[in-house]
Amino acid sequence: MLKHLKQFLLLDMICGFSITFMNMLRPKFTVMYPFESTAISPRFRGEHALRRYPNGEERCIACKLCEAVCPAQAITIEAEPRLDGSRRTTRYDIDMVKCIYCGLCEEACPVDAIVEGPNMEFAAYDRKDLIYNKSRLLENGDKLEPTLAERLKRDGGYR
Amino acid sequence: MLDLVLSYLDLITEENIWYVITTLFFVLLITLPLFGAVAYLTLAERKVIGWMQLRHGPLYTGWWGIGQPIADAIKLMFKEPTIPEKSNLIVYILAPVMVLVPAVVAWAVIPFDANWVLADINLGVVYLMAVSSLGVYGILMAGWASNSKYPFLGAVRSGAQMVSYEVSMGLCLLSVILLAGSMNLSEIVLAQQGMWNAVTLFPMFIVFLISILAETNRAPFDLPEAEAELVAGYNVEYGSMPFAMFFLGEYANMILMSAFASIMFLGGWLPPLDIWPLNLIPGIFWFFGKIAAVLFFFLWARATLPRFRYDQLMRLGWKVLLPFTLLWLVGQAFIMKLMQVGWV
Repeated sequence: MLKHLKQFLLLDMICGFSITFMNMLRPKFTVMYPFESTAISPRFRGEHALRRYPNGEERCIACKLCEAVCPAQAITIEAEPRLDGSRRTTRYDIDMVKCIYCGLCEEACPVDAIVEGPNMEFAAYDRKDLIYNKSRLLENGDKLEPTLAERLKRDGGYR
Repeated sequence: MLDLVLSYLDLITEENIWYVITTLFFVLLITLPLFGAVAYLTLAERKVIGWMQLRHGPLYTGWWGIGQPIADAIKLMFKEPTIPEKSNLIVYILAPVMVLVPAVVAWAVIPFDANWVLADINLGVVYLMAVSSLGVYGILMAGWASNSKYPFLGAVRSGAQMVSYEVSMGLCLLSVILLAGSMNLSEIVLAQQGMWNAVTLFPMFIVFLISILAETNRAPFDLPEAEAELVAGYNVEYGSMPFAMFFLGEYANMILMSAFASIMFLGGWLPPLDIWPLNLIPGIFWFFGKIAAVLFFFLWARATLPRFRYDQLMRLGWKVLLPFTLLWLVGQAFIMKLMQVGWV
């Protein structure tokens, strides 16, 4: 009887309607993506970059560990000794289409040369533009160096 | 025979021509803003439902999503209208028109302000009931002419639903008519001076709101277009502008029913209280404000309530609303007679 009275007086309806009305006035969850973004973790694995030492020398020593560990075989490295006798890469290509962004190259690197940065907005209209060569990767590193160093510092304690 | 034809020619007088031209002007004055309102009602619906679901709704077409209805209309116009091979062509084409036209024609008797009415007929309520019921034919025709299973089932459901809720809706209107002693919409509004029918006949107002939700096939009674079971109901086979016309009709019907509710229960163009700052505002703004409030209820209900099952819908219509309104009407008539109130 009480149940029927409650139904007849539409009490549940009033309750439901007030909930939706309150929700209408609450702040919205939507993140207006191109204009704003959620926080990005220091472990976020985005676009790759090759880093340099503060004196401008490239970090990469052409050990090819990243090439070996890469499960998608997206990395191609060729190396030969430079005039001063040090081993450096002459070619360092990453096929960003093949890459699965697993971060194993970053883990394997003994000198923290190859890292995955915070950038994820590098979509291209042509897949040719997604085959990154050494200069492109170094350029990324130069552009983002302060960020990359900070990310490595913050995440370092957990590695 | 010839005399008869010639006698028609006598009708072409300057006075009559002016009458036709001014009437056409008034018709355009009502219908064009109506279509604008229909377009922006779709935006309002997406916005309100978005807010209630903690989203923003359309934002990027023009400032604050204000161009969204125009973009939608242009998109639909550029689509190709397809006609199913086994459909009945004439009925198939005619059906969307049959949905849209009654929703527009009914506006002839709606009083926007004191004496602002195209046709001030004494049977305004009956006219509105009759014309708004015609929309069922369009939906049934669409379902039948498509010659396909889902549209047919959707149309049958829709027909049954609209017919059964018209009964309780009619009884709600009868209780208003009983109170006002007139079927003229302007007089019904004027009879509410001082006290709205929504206050005196509050339960009837609630029943009326429920019935107009069912009457316009809106959530939670949007069974005819139950996308989970019937894909989209009676309009599955339609595309392009015929499809848009179904929606124009549905939204125009929503606005019409909101206007109807504000005239019958919310005092039409009258301010809530006849006191100084309120009665300075022109009546037409009060009327539009009340329409907007009822329309907000439509959208609010859609964001709040889940869809009814078909047997629940029929049970509510025939076993709850109909006996209740019938009892109320008889009780109200008794009380009015015994207390000698109103015109009785």
